[in-house]
Amino acid sequence: MNDSTQRPVFTLSQVTKSYGMGNTTVHALRGVDLTVDHGEYLAIMGASGSGKSTMMNIIGALDVATSGTYELDGIDVGSLNDDALSLVRNRKIGFIFQSFNLIPRTTALANVELPLAYRGVRRKERRQRAEQALAAVGLDDRSSHEPNELSGGQQQRVAVARALVTNPAILLADEPTGNLDTVATNDVLNLLDATHRGGSTIVLITHEDEVAQRASRVIKLRDGQIYSDERNR
Amino acid sequence: MMIGETFSHGLSGVLANKLRSALTVLGILIGVAAVIVLIAVGNGSSQAVAASIQKLGTNAILVQHGSFRFGGFGGGNASSVQRDLTIDDAQAILSSTNAPDVQAVAPVKQDQGVSCTWNGNSYSTNLTGTWPSYFQISNYPVSQGTYFTNADVVSGARSIVIGQTVVTQVYGTHNPIGTTLNCGGTPFQVVGVLGAKGSSGFTDLDDVAIAPLTTVQHNLTGYGSLGSIAVEATSADSATAAQNEIYTILDGRHATSAASRDYSVINQSSILSTSQSTNQVFTVLLGAVAAISLLVGGIGITNIMLVSVTERTREIGIRKAIGANRRTILSQFLVEATLLSVVGGVAGVVIGLLVSRFQIAGVQPVILPVSVAGAFLVSVAIGLFFGSYPANRAASLRPIEALRHE
Repeated sequence: MNDSTQRPVFTLSQVTKSYGMGNTTVHALRGVDLTVDHGEYLAIMGASGSGKSTMMNIIGALDVATSGTYELDGIDVGSLNDDALSLVRNRKIGFIFQSFNLIPRTTALANVELPLAYRGVRRKERRQRAEQALAAVGLDDRSSHEPNELSGGQQQRVAVARALVTNPAILLADEPTGNLDTVATNDVLNLLDATHRGGSTIVLITHEDEVAQRASRVIKLRDGQIYSDERNR
Repeated sequence: MMIGETFSHGLSGVLANKLRSALTVLGILIGVAAVIVLIAVGNGSSQAVAASIQKLGTNAILVQHGSFRFGGFGGGNASSVQRDLTIDDAQAILSSTNAPDVQAVAPVKQDQGVSCTWNGNSYSTNLTGTWPSYFQISNYPVSQGTYFTNADVVSGARSIVIGQTVVTQVYGTHNPIGTTLNCGGTPFQVVGVLGAKGSSGFTDLDDVAIAPLTTVQHNLTGYGSLGSIAVEATSADSATAAQNEIYTILDGRHATSAASRDYSVINQSSILSTSQSTNQVFTVLLGAVAAISLLVGGIGITNIMLVSVTERTREIGIRKAIGANRRTILSQFLVEATLLSVVGGVAGVVIGLLVSRFQIAGVQPVILPVSVAGAFLVSVAIGLFFGSYPANRAASLRPIEALRHE
């Protein structure tokens, strides 16, 4: 990385998010402050309704905060329009979802290539990088398979390859093992560990303690606020 | 995102649900083919009518005994004196200096249902007595032998020229030239055979026998009023002027006015233009019906694209999450819609061209190239237009909501 190592990857300050209006207003986040540095492996925990999904949407630039500021890699995300948010997601964030979210009827290789295609990378280079990313998750022999021909663990590893292929500032994983059996869970978590060792910043949203234990820092949310922030080891 | 990329994403979207895409394409196909075929039918029928009128002689004007009045054949208006249409009338039209637009004149006396016999074969036809100029005015070229001449008219020669139908009915395969054909008890020598003209409406134009006027009058019909006078204008454009000149000359001779004419003048080119404008309306109506079916096909595209957008909401969410912007999603769905309509358009053009090779309702369709290009371009425009609403809807989906969609 470059000079950006000097500053945090992202900073949330006094971020609130509310949905609806008047009496039915739901306050999903009630003033969150959080700073995450390069190379951190952060786990966000909380019961359902604690605001962790909302927080992941804001960190992932899928949604903007109602108030407060969110600065990602030096960019004030709160002031961006939809297309600029798309660009930020493409350049800065790699998503891993609980339900894999690969594009159906599209080969593993094409799925991994897609973020590069949206970025305008030339076909040849794109293919090369996607093949490397698939090899890194151990699926170079499955590159021409479509999602419905892959097991859950394999699909999630393709999703990891797709998230990593763009060298994002943050790897954002939302319950990545929620739909997987024990063996596949370990595969995916080992993959995340390896990625972390390679210097990536990872934000993991989970409600499982075993998963959170792998992280270097765990924050817990309750009623839209951080009530615990601990560093492991 | 490169154009090829967008195209291949659109293509895979179309191929993802082949049956549905095929049915949507069918809607456009039918619309485009219908536009092409129906306009070709309208065009073909208008050309057929024009051709059959032209067979009667392009610049021909017919002066008939009796008047068309009150919308009917008012020739039998008992209270007024009906002057005969005479050879002198014909001469007057021909020689008058007041008729510069008249090129040729032929008085006509017809005897209908005359039985003509040769070698025991008998056939009943219309015997026309006239001048040789009649052949030119009515556009009757001979295919065999010659016409009779002006000298034959003066001498009352018993020469006859017969049409193809008479040849077939009486002679079969025998060569009629030089034979003696007995018509209505008078023996005529066959000097010529007319070329085949086919029919005009329900009238068989080949069912004729034409002989010198004097001969027919002397032997068959007597010297009463002429049935009609065939006049040829110098050109199709001057037919109306010639018609007015004829009115002036005959009104002078018959002491009549527009209200009391005992003759009528039928202008072939005005019939032609009337029938052409009628046919134009007919063609426009056919085209409009077809255009409606094309429109319905377009609505089919909107419908299927909306279904597709709903079905793939989650996929759209994923694409947006990993960095697709509005324009990328918009163009992907627009390309999909346009692909459907272009494939439908091309197939429609092919089917339309194929179907137009066959006769439809007795009309040989004549393809109007403009309709082919027009139908195709409209089908492409329909894809863009009717695809834009669903594509816009897809492009404006918010990623978090789209991702939550099951």
